[in-house]
Amino acid sequence: MQIEPRANVSVARAAFAPISAVLATMAICSILIVWAGAPVLEAWASMVKGAVGSRFALTETLTRSIPLMFTGLAIAVAFKSKFYNIGAEGQLYCGALAVTYFGTGMITLPPMLMVPFLMLVGAVAGGLILIVPVLLKTHLKVDEVVTTLLLNFVILLFVSFLIEGPWKDPMAMGWPQAASIIDEGVIPAMLAKGRLHYGFVFAIIAAILVWAFMRFTVWGYEIKAVGLNASAAAFSGISINTTIIRTAMISGGLAGLAGVSEVAGLKGYLTLDLSPGFGYTGIAVAMLAQLHPLAIIPAALFLSGIYVGSDAMSRAVNIPTYIADVIVGMSVLAILVSVMLSKYKIKWGK
Amino acid sequence: MMDLLEIILSTGFWAATIRIVSPLIFGTLGELICERAGVLNLGIEGIMTIGAMAGWMWVYQGGDLWGGVIFAATVGGIFGFLHAIFTVHLGLSQHVTGIGITLFGSSLSYFVYRMLLPSATTPPKIVPFQTYKIPYLSDLPVIGEAVFSQTPLTYLALLFVPIVWYMLQRTPVGLAVRMAGENPVAVEAQGINVLAVRTGAVVVGSALMAIGGAFITMSAFDAFFFGMINGRGWICVALVIFASWRPGKAFLGAMLFAGLEAFQVRAQQITGASIIPYQFYLMLPYILSIVAMVFMARKAKYPHALLVPFRRGERV
Amino acid sequence: MPVLQLKNITKRFGSLTANDSIDLSLARGEVLALLGENGAGKTTLMNILFGHYRADEGSIEIDGTPLLPGSTEAAISAGIGMVHQHFTLADNLTVLENITLGTEPLWSWRQNSKAARQKLTQMSNEFGLVVNPDAEVADLSVGERQRVEILKALYRDARVLILDEPTAVLTPQEAYDLFETLRSLTAKGLAIIFISHKLHEILAISNRVAVLRRGAIVGEVKTGNADKSLLAEMMVGEKVTRPTPRSIKHGKAVLKLENVSTKGAATSSNLQSINLTINAHEIVGIAGVSGNGQAELADLLSGLCQHESGSIELLGENLKSISARDMLSRGVGRIPEDRHKSGVVGDMQIWENLISEDLRSKTTSKFGIILDKSKAKKRAEDLIEKYDIRCKGPLAETKLLSGGNIQKLILARALSPNPSFILANQPVRGLDEGAIAYVQTQLLEARDRGVGILLISEDLDELMALSDKIAVMYHGKLSPIFTNGSKTIAEIGLMMAGQESLPEGTLQTAAVEMGGTHAN
Repeated sequence: MQIEPRANVSVARAAFAPISAVLATMAICSILIVWAGAPVLEAWASMVKGAVGSRFALTETLTRSIPLMFTGLAIAVAFKSKFYNIGAEGQLYCGALAVTYFGTGMITLPPMLMVPFLMLVGAVAGGLILIVPVLLKTHLKVDEVVTTLLLNFVILLFVSFLIEGPWKDPMAMGWPQAASIIDEGVIPAMLAKGRLHYGFVFAIIAAILVWAFMRFTVWGYEIKAVGLNASAAAFSGISINTTIIRTAMISGGLAGLAGVSEVAGLKGYLTLDLSPGFGYTGIAVAMLAQLHPLAIIPAALFLSGIYVGSDAMSRAVNIPTYIADVIVGMSVLAILVSVMLSKYKIKWGK
Repeated sequence: MMDLLEIILSTGFWAATIRIVSPLIFGTLGELICERAGVLNLGIEGIMTIGAMAGWMWVYQGGDLWGGVIFAATVGGIFGFLHAIFTVHLGLSQHVTGIGITLFGSSLSYFVYRMLLPSATTPPKIVPFQTYKIPYLSDLPVIGEAVFSQTPLTYLALLFVPIVWYMLQRTPVGLAVRMAGENPVAVEAQGINVLAVRTGAVVVGSALMAIGGAFITMSAFDAFFFGMINGRGWICVALVIFASWRPGKAFLGAMLFAGLEAFQVRAQQITGASIIPYQFYLMLPYILSIVAMVFMARKAKYPHALLVPFRRGERV
Repeated sequence: MPVLQLKNITKRFGSLTANDSIDLSLARGEVLALLGENGAGKTTLMNILFGHYRADEGSIEIDGTPLLPGSTEAAISAGIGMVHQHFTLADNLTVLENITLGTEPLWSWRQNSKAARQKLTQMSNEFGLVVNPDAEVADLSVGERQRVEILKALYRDARVLILDEPTAVLTPQEAYDLFETLRSLTAKGLAIIFISHKLHEILAISNRVAVLRRGAIVGEVKTGNADKSLLAEMMVGEKVTRPTPRSIKHGKAVLKLENVSTKGAATSSNLQSINLTINAHEIVGIAGVSGNGQAELADLLSGLCQHESGSIELLGENLKSISARDMLSRGVGRIPEDRHKSGVVGDMQIWENLISEDLRSKTTSKFGIILDKSKAKKRAEDLIEKYDIRCKGPLAETKLLSGGNIQKLILARALSPNPSFILANQPVRGLDEGAIAYVQTQLLEARDRGVGILLISEDLDELMALSDKIAVMYHGKLSPIFTNGSKTIAEIGLMMAGQESLPEGTLQTAAVEMGGTHAN
């Protein structure tokens, strides 16, 4: 088997890659559905209906896409520089911790200032926690994948400690959760009915800003250059360490914003089940978007729809909701192959 | 202070250490084999989950225990093969593929578990591996009870340390694996198929990881829970670095680690130590893994071709 | 009957025909030289012979038996041995492990190291190729590693030995030793294919020369009937004349290194008390076998690493700590050793690579924050035209360029800010003749404009053709600088091997044979 690069990759071919990946994923997951004894078409139809079939479903899908956009952006930026930040889950909780710390009465500002302030501290917290892994990588060459992964567990335990101990809300009737965010700090709802909040707008603005940053700024250029060819970047006078540290801060900050939007926008207070793995799903979002910041928006919406729709599918045809996680995991693998096939062609024989 | 010393001298502590170390040995040796051949396998967390589910399910469905171990290893090997297709044959990013395998593998385990046991509210149980006292040896003081009164899977784990060492250091196929991780072009130039060697190593390594997962549901516990691997796979990845890719050192590192874990469980129970919330004890393994990597990362002798895909006829 | 026969071998990669119906034969005890420029198809042909590739057409016969195509294993067991240009050895393993890999059935319970060691020792003695079987390859010198490579082939009973550019990493004297070994091997009946583009070596060792150009054999001559100019013309096709330097002007010092050391530890590649002055209007060549500190010197002057002690003076200013950006802003132009690896980002566009050293100036960005693409693109268009970079335009992907055009891009980037000092590290390695002439002309013109140039090369011919002065690096130390022409190739070769003066006897003959007096 020989793998040869294609001379030029057309835009159509590049755009087709994620579509074919999704189709392949659905085809393989259909086998699971058949195995579960459910009618395939009906199952998928119920998923689509559950995701976008009603006004309620649609707002739920939009709401759930918010944290996925933030974590997806966080991972896309990091992966662009080949800094493999798998710790978005932990950074999300750090953002949530910061919001809880500052937003439950410690500081009171008018809403026009309070929400931006909370977003700022959440982003800073998400970035700061990445300092340890990134410095270990740049200065001691410790692999960041393992450190960021391990830190996820540490942070989750720390959150558990806080909400069962010092931060436990005495009004929560024994449930381990922190106090509620003060009214000034709550991200307002977008619609009269449903849970959709302005975090959705912020996430889309974030995607556009990240896109513009990567495309038009010197720093964005440096991140791309370091990721594509670090030794050429270093030769050109770009500091690899500085660039990676900067990238990590941006990435952690974006993941922290996911925590802000969940606490201040959706739940209102911090719990240990704040995120059902948004940090990990963000990897699938970023990969499906091929690390393109604007493509993060549809990718997050798609996977969010899968999650929201899988509940309906589960109820309609009696399939475990874990099908959504299977689709997410599978799509990461499928997109890897389809992107490769769009850039290379495989020739059999030598 | 005396209390703490007492813990270390107790037989129960050592027995627990050996028990805790078993899945870590399987996982660490499995990862080590993959990486010696030049392939980082971050699918380990997912493959251990699959192993835990598959082995348990086999027994729950009426199969026997050893059949469950073999089934877990087979399923783990299949996922390893998937990882090898992606990283070895297609040359895709080992980082992203591994994470993808982990996401896919763990979610598939949960899906299948729920599929087969839709209505189970409390996790059903199986009869796990029982303690097997090795005749004569188990009569020895302290180590008799600590080391030679364990389940057969633990003996298997301990046995695998010298086996993996011997295979890597003393057999032709081990030499080929090591060379594939150092300089794949050299392997190709000697007429050996690098892709086959690497694929084989990843499949075997993944099978070991899956047995490590199976240990948890079939020997340490008797049921399958969600999230029960709980980062053990990542800890194994850290241990491989800590061990500088040597099986003997991997065993020592895993023992050190398991010892600390067994120690903290006991230390928690001592009055006076309970001022510290339990979460901080639970953080220890993860923090220790990071610390271990920090200490060894700079000195470590990496396999030179780790993370480097090989394509035939291509000069580096 | 010939031991090896290639019939009508053709290999295509997409639209490129790398080998075009090639016929070759080789007799026992014969040395066949395969001569050709980089990219002429030599390596592809040998990869087909060794089973790395499968030919699209044609067949190979060994002693009249057809060879199974596309299988390295079959090639080895048929008696083909190959010494690759880049050694295929694992550094962390021992000599014995490297040699015995693949010689025993993979699935046996133990390695028979004792028998292997015995066989190896016996072979070592028989052919005079002495190495310690238990040494780790990482601890061996380049010459010793090559011996291991040859032993690897002999261990598997090779009857045809292919050597791909074997002297590229050797000193002239080590090359002479290699030739002695090859002669003793052919005396025992081994057939050898010797791949090179160095004419004097081919004349010294081969019985017959086959010349490859653009994938096809363009001629075959008996070595006795050939001379340098004939071979050169056959290899290049049309006559490309490389530029030659003219008179020396004297300029002020642009770069001055005094007692510069890196790291302190005395490994053979760290710089140890280097003294070097480069004046305006001159090219100073650094000769030496690779791995003797050239890379460290280049990294230092590119701003990629720091010196530990000593002083570096650039245009009269003492540099305390160095960074790449700092060197660029002080007017240093740099051409990296590996143009693909550290010269350009292949997946970026040409305009992006042309501004990579200058991201924060007024001509490329606003306030050093936002890239000014229209200005940068305009600049790229100008440079593409001025430096004759053959491409579809500034928006083309850089990786689609040929090696020569990538080098022109790097030249454009380095020369356009009008540097006062240029570091040129292996600037023409791997280029075809046309591109070589272009790059060398550009460097000489820069010199004539008053730029001081440091030229690092492993190719003595190139150094002697371009440099005004030369110094030799060995084990991190630099010899005193001497005027080009004041020493013979033989003398420089000895300095490359770490010897200060010329000893009596054999080595002297060696030196004469290796090229003696230089043509230029």
